[in-house]
Amino acid sequence: MTAFRESPWSAVLVMLLGVMATLAIPQWVDDFALIQITIYVVMAILAISQAFIWGFSGILCFGQASFFGLGAYTYALAVVNMGESTMPVLLAIALPGLFALLLGYFMFYGRLSDVYMGVITLTVSLIFFNSVNSTAGPEWRIGNAPLGGFNGIPSIPPINFPGNPEDPLDAIAFFYLCAFSLIAIYGGLRWLISSRIGHVIVAIKENEQRATLLGFDARAFKLFAFTLGGCIAGLSGCFFANWGSFTSPTVFSLGQSAQIIVWVIVGGLGTLVGPIIGSMAIQWLTTQIGTQQTFNSNLVLGVILVVFVLLVPKGIIPSLGDVLQKLFGKKVAKGEDA
Amino acid sequence: MDLALIVSVQVLYAIATLVIISSGLAVIFGMMRVINLAHGEFLMLGAYSAIFATKAGVNLWIAMLVVAPICVGLFGIVVERLIIRHLYGRMVDTMLATWGLSLLCVGLVTSVIGNTTSGVSTPEGSFSIGAYSVSFYTMALIVIAVVLLFAIRWVLRSTDWGLIARGTMQNPGMADVLGISPTRVYSITFAVGAALSGLAGGLLAPVSGVVPTMGGSFIAKAFITVIGGGSAILAGTVSASALFGLINQLATFITTPVFGEVALFIAAVVMLRMLPQGITGRFFKGSL
Repeated sequence: MTAFRESPWSAVLVMLLGVMATLAIPQWVDDFALIQITIYVVMAILAISQAFIWGFSGILCFGQASFFGLGAYTYALAVVNMGESTMPVLLAIALPGLFALLLGYFMFYGRLSDVYMGVITLTVSLIFFNSVNSTAGPEWRIGNAPLGGFNGIPSIPPINFPGNPEDPLDAIAFFYLCAFSLIAIYGGLRWLISSRIGHVIVAIKENEQRATLLGFDARAFKLFAFTLGGCIAGLSGCFFANWGSFTSPTVFSLGQSAQIIVWVIVGGLGTLVGPIIGSMAIQWLTTQIGTQQTFNSNLVLGVILVVFVLLVPKGIIPSLGDVLQKLFGKKVAKGEDA
Repeated sequence: MDLALIVSVQVLYAIATLVIISSGLAVIFGMMRVINLAHGEFLMLGAYSAIFATKAGVNLWIAMLVVAPICVGLFGIVVERLIIRHLYGRMVDTMLATWGLSLLCVGLVTSVIGNTTSGVSTPEGSFSIGAYSVSFYTMALIVIAVVLLFAIRWVLRSTDWGLIARGTMQNPGMADVLGISPTRVYSITFAVGAALSGLAGGLLAPVSGVVPTMGGSFIAKAFITVIGGGSAILAGTVSASALFGLINQLATFITTPVFGEVALFIAAVVMLRMLPQGITGRFFKGSL
């Protein structure tokens, strides 16, 4: 079971299933459901960025929402100014990456412990939230684009086919773009993790001192992983701004950061598929909660987080794996008896 | 001259606020190595207890200084019993669980009370320095911060209880052998930290809008102060509050309150690059 999890075949299998689902979904569901599923996929990209930096690099980032929000705002501001969307998309990946590089430099080269790191990253997202919230006045603008403060930025132009601003993507094309991005990122990360660099990154997570004594500069590898996570989260933010043609400071909010953590914890730390499934399940749940008035979605997320940390610390997917292995293992044992 | 005086009062006020909002967090982190991400919600609960008590006819000062800490302290005992106790030594899991608790509290209070701002009017009046007016409450908060620091110092240094608590944190096994139950000490320490947070919430109720999500606007500063201060509870809190309060208030004076907060944060990150253990990791070593 574990061997299969780590073999390239499991990555190929997951990607094949992903491609099949991507091709099948637009045939089966109506437009409304398709748009719903698109946002699940966008958030799954965010979840996978957190899953990578936390589960494989051991970086405790409680503020992944800052890169997500930065991506959303970068895309929105750039596309309003430029009109054509190719450059803004690239910027929305690069700028959060650069910010992650800068922040990561201070954290990793200052050799902060992971607990401090969690608090610092959480604080970064709060500061972004407060700062952007306060930019409501007309004097806050970048080029032609007002920042909008707590009102957010409405009517953001959608992504168009590269080089042709007159030809925006329709709902189905946008869904394909998001879903194939997710599949490509998943594949890319699986490849990275199985490569030499990936092995070093995981080794640093397991035992930083030992890896350093073997001659690897742990800080540089962590910085690389953190920056990559920032880029992926930025792309997710860019898609998010596209999805509703709207972004507001809530992308930086504590609730947003908490959600990402909940997805990873529920799905299972140390896997990439788990958080994707976790993110989709939790979003489906919060949408369901949104339709009724008795329970507040914060309340339910809080309960889920506490319960999982106390009772199911490994998350759903690894726990499921354990159960399957137990059942499977028993069968083998019985076979041997007979 | 008047301007200089008013700016120094504002700086002192900023420092006092930092001391007040971070002392509860500092006690829990410094003594128990637990980072309580629900700290903001403890403040929020303290503020609500003060408001409800005032509405029920209790004197505002009693509501702020007595009712709020007691309510939140009791809540702290329950939280320690149900959640924190199972996670000692697992710092990351504690952070996650308290974060869950924070969401849970916000959700619960929002469902019960609703997402509206309530508040009490600022007590006492104001006096003037030249052309500027300063409220007495500002001065009261500065005095309370100083009293609070001396009280914490007195409890930790000069009472049996402080000695027992510090001893237990250093070596729980030895304390156990000497007939002191570490679980009880942990539980009381957490409750005291929670009560301090409740007090802070009560004191802030008159000067800030009380909403279920109010915790979010204070915790950034509180965390930065505690982490910047390092592991010594008193020396850390005081030195970090002084440094960050000064930077925050001067930047606020030049630009806006929000960018004052940004300046505080940037200063903290740059400082942590040089002093990863916080201020007391390098200076004032061995102090409380």
